[in-house]
Amino acid sequence: MTVSAPLKRRFLLVGSVVLLVLLFLFVLLRTGPLAPVQVTVAEVRSGRFTPELFGIGTLEARRHWMLGPTSPGRVLTVKVDVGDRVQAGQLLAEMDPVDLDQRLQALDASIARASSAQAAAAAQQADVQARRELAAANLRRNQELAQQNFISAGALEARSQELASAAAALESARATAQAAAQDWLRAKAERAALQQQRANARLIAPADAVVSAREAEPGSTVVAGQAVLRLIDPASLWARVRLDQGRSAGLVSGLPARLLLRSHPHEPVPARVARVEWLSDSVTEERIAQLSLDQAPPGLSVGEMLEASIGLPEIADSLLLPAASLQRQGGATGVWRLQGGRLAFAPVQVGATSLDGQVQILAGLESGDRVVVYSQQPLSADSRIKVVDQLVRPAGAARTGP
Amino acid sequence: MISLAGRDILHSWRKFLLTGIGLGLLIGVTFSMAGVYRGMVDDAQALLSNSGADLWVVQQGTQGPYAESSSLRDDLVHGIEGMPGVALAANVTYFNMQVRRGDSEVRAMVVGIEPGKPGSPSHLVAGRPLSRSHYEALADVRTGFALGDRIRLRRHDYEVVGLTRRMVSSGGDPMVFIPLKDAQQAQFLKDNDAIVNERARSAANPAFNRPGVPGLLEAVVASQTSSHQVNAVLVQVREGFAPAQVAEPIRRWKHLQVYDRAGMEEILVAKLIATSAKQIGMFLVILSIVSAAIVAFIIYTMTMGKIREIAVLKLIGTRNSTIASMILQQALGLGLIGFFVGKLAATLWAPIFPKYVLLLPRDALTGLGVVLLICALASTLAIRIAIKVDPAEAIGG
Repeated sequence: MTVSAPLKRRFLLVGSVVLLVLLFLFVLLRTGPLAPVQVTVAEVRSGRFTPELFGIGTLEARRHWMLGPTSPGRVLTVKVDVGDRVQAGQLLAEMDPVDLDQRLQALDASIARASSAQAAAAAQQADVQARRELAAANLRRNQELAQQNFISAGALEARSQELASAAAALESARATAQAAAQDWLRAKAERAALQQQRANARLIAPADAVVSAREAEPGSTVVAGQAVLRLIDPASLWARVRLDQGRSAGLVSGLPARLLLRSHPHEPVPARVARVEWLSDSVTEERIAQLSLDQAPPGLSVGEMLEASIGLPEIADSLLLPAASLQRQGGATGVWRLQGGRLAFAPVQVGATSLDGQVQILAGLESGDRVVVYSQQPLSADSRIKVVDQLVRPAGAARTGP
Repeated sequence: MISLAGRDILHSWRKFLLTGIGLGLLIGVTFSMAGVYRGMVDDAQALLSNSGADLWVVQQGTQGPYAESSSLRDDLVHGIEGMPGVALAANVTYFNMQVRRGDSEVRAMVVGIEPGKPGSPSHLVAGRPLSRSHYEALADVRTGFALGDRIRLRRHDYEVVGLTRRMVSSGGDPMVFIPLKDAQQAQFLKDNDAIVNERARSAANPAFNRPGVPGLLEAVVASQTSSHQVNAVLVQVREGFAPAQVAEPIRRWKHLQVYDRAGMEEILVAKLIATSAKQIGMFLVILSIVSAAIVAFIIYTMTMGKIREIAVLKLIGTRNSTIASMILQQALGLGLIGFFVGKLAATLWAPIFPKYVLLLPRDALTGLGVVLLICALASTLAIRIAIKVDPAEAIGG
C-alpha cells in the first residue's frame, strides 16, 4: 500500500512541528527557572574527629637583648657584626669615655697625695708623741723637786701646762692622721666609682648569643637606652601565633601543633603551645599564644611568617556532617533534610568544626538522616530537586597541585 | 471544509518551514537580548540576595559599597551589633581585581567575609566553607578555578577550598571570597617596593626621625602599614523588626548611611546599570522593529508569489474573507514556528554567553503575544494586496 504524496507531506509537517514543540517543552523544563535544582546529598554518620585551631604568626626569639649605654654618649668602637656568635662576658662595643681616663689619673694623684698626707700626719703624730713623753718626764721630775721644795709652785704649774699642751697637740695630730686616712679612703672610693663608670662604657655580652642587629657605628651619638647592638639567643626561637578570638576556644598550653614556615611551606615543623597570653589584642580581635619548636630546623629567620595548626583533644563518637550543608534560615542554623523526596528545614545545634570542613552535630539530626550538602541555587521547602553525585566536575587529572 | 492555508503550506512545506526557522533565529536573538537585560538585573539582585543582608551600613553621604566607594572603621560593627533589632552584623570588603589563573587572567570581585556571617555565600556547589582564618578562598565556578587551586592575591597564596555558583558582582564579575583580615590587608597593602620607598620617605622626614626619640620612626612605619578599614557592614534584622525601624537609629545616632533592600536595588538597578539597560533596551526596540519588518516582507513576498493562484481563487468565487484568513493563518503559523525555534535557540545558546542570560517564562509569553501580534499586523499588508487582485489576472498575462 502506498501513501499518497500529500498525506506523506502532511505527516512530515505535523511530525516536525510536534517534534519542535516536544523539544521546546523538554528544554524549557530542563534548563532555566523551571528546571529542578540539582543537589548532592550526604548521610549523617557518626565518627570521631580531631578539631584544630588555626592561626598565623611570626617567629620570634624568646630571649633577646638590646645593648646600649645607660647615659648619652658617642660610640667609640663596635667589635662585632651581625651574625657573629658571642660568649657571655665578651666585650662587644665601647662608648667613648670622654674624660673618664683623665679623671681616673687625677684621682690616682689624689690618692697618692692622700697617702703622703697620711705619712706626714703619722710623722707629726710621732713628733708630738715624743714631745708629750718629754713633757710627762719633765713634770714627774719637777713634782719630786717640788716635794723637796727645790722649785717654786709656779715652775711646777708651767710643767703641767707643758704636758697638757703636748697631750692636746697629740690629739690634734691623731685627728689629722685620721682625716688623712679618710681622705685616702674617699679618693679610693671615688676612683672605684669612676672605674665602674669606665667599665659601664664597655658593652659586654650578657649571655651566649648571636648579634642580630648593629644599629650604631663608631662615631655616632646615641641617647641613653638606645640600642647599639641587638642580640638574640638562637636556641630560644619560638612562634608568636595570633588566633581569631572567635575560633580560639579550647586553646591551652601543652597542646601539640604543626607549624608551616613560609620558607618551607611543605615541611611541617612539630611544636607545642608553650604559653597562652592573658592579654588578647582587642583591636585585631585575636588571641596570642607562644608555640615552642620541638626541634628548630636550620636556617630560620626571626620575623618569618608562619601558619600554625593546633590540635585539640579528639572528640569521641559524635554525629558528623560536612560544614557546607549548614544553612541559615530566619536566624536559625540548620540543614535541608530529605524526607521521602521532599525538603524540610531541620534546625541543628552545632559543636566543633574541623579544619577540613567536618562539623559536629550536637542535636537536631540522627545518624542515617540524609541532608543536602551542595545545591545549585538557594533552596526552599517547595523546591523541586534532583539528586546528583556532584555538581562540578572535579579538576582534570592533568592538573598538578603544588 | 478544507483548510486553504493548510493545503497551501503543504504545497510548499519545505520553504515554509525554512522561512519559519530563519524567522525563529531572528526571534531567538531578540529573546537573548531581553535575556541579557534580565541577566544584568538578576546579577544585581543576586549580589543583594547572596549577601544575605537586610541592611547595608556604609559611609555617611555615600551610595556604597557597590555604586560608590565607602570606607568605614572595622570596629564600628560592634556598635552596630548593639543597636536595637540587629540580629547579626558583619564587616565586608569588596574590591575588583584581575586574578591570575595560569597564564591568563580573570576579572573577579574579591570579597572579604567573616565566615558564617552575612556576606558569606549561603550555599556551595563543591568543597567546604572557610574554616581557617587566613589564606583560604571560595571561588565562583565562573572564575574557572577548581578545588585545590592556589590563587595569588598580592603577596599571599590562597587555596581554593570551596566553589560557589551565581555569586557575581553587579557587573557580572564572578566573586572570590577570602577571610576579612586577609582582604583588608590585600586591599590596602602596597607592593614591596612601595613599602620600602615609603619607609625611606618617612626616615628622611625629620619630623618622624628625630635623633632624641628612638623608636618614633618604627612606630610611624608600623602605623602606615596596618589597615582597619572595611567597605560596609551588612546587618541582618532580628525577627519582628522592620528593616526601616532598625535603620533609623543607626542613621541618626551612628551617623552612617543605611540602605535597605529596596534602596540598594534602586541604586543597583536604577542607577548603576541604568545606561547599559537603556543601551540594551534601545537595541531590543530596533531588533523588534526589524523583526516585524522582516515578517511583513516575508509574508508579502509569499503572497506575491501566489498572486496568480489567488486570482484563480477569486475567479472561482472564493470570498475575500476566506483569502484573508488563509494569509492570516499562514502568518500566525510562521510566527508560532518562529517563536518555538527562537525560544529553543535562545535557551540552547544562553549558557555560552560570557555573562548571565536569564530567560524568564513571563518574557517568553509576552514574546509569544508580541510575535503573533506583529505577524497579524504584517499580514494586513499582504491581505490588502490579495484583496485588490483582479480575478482577470488569472487568465491574463
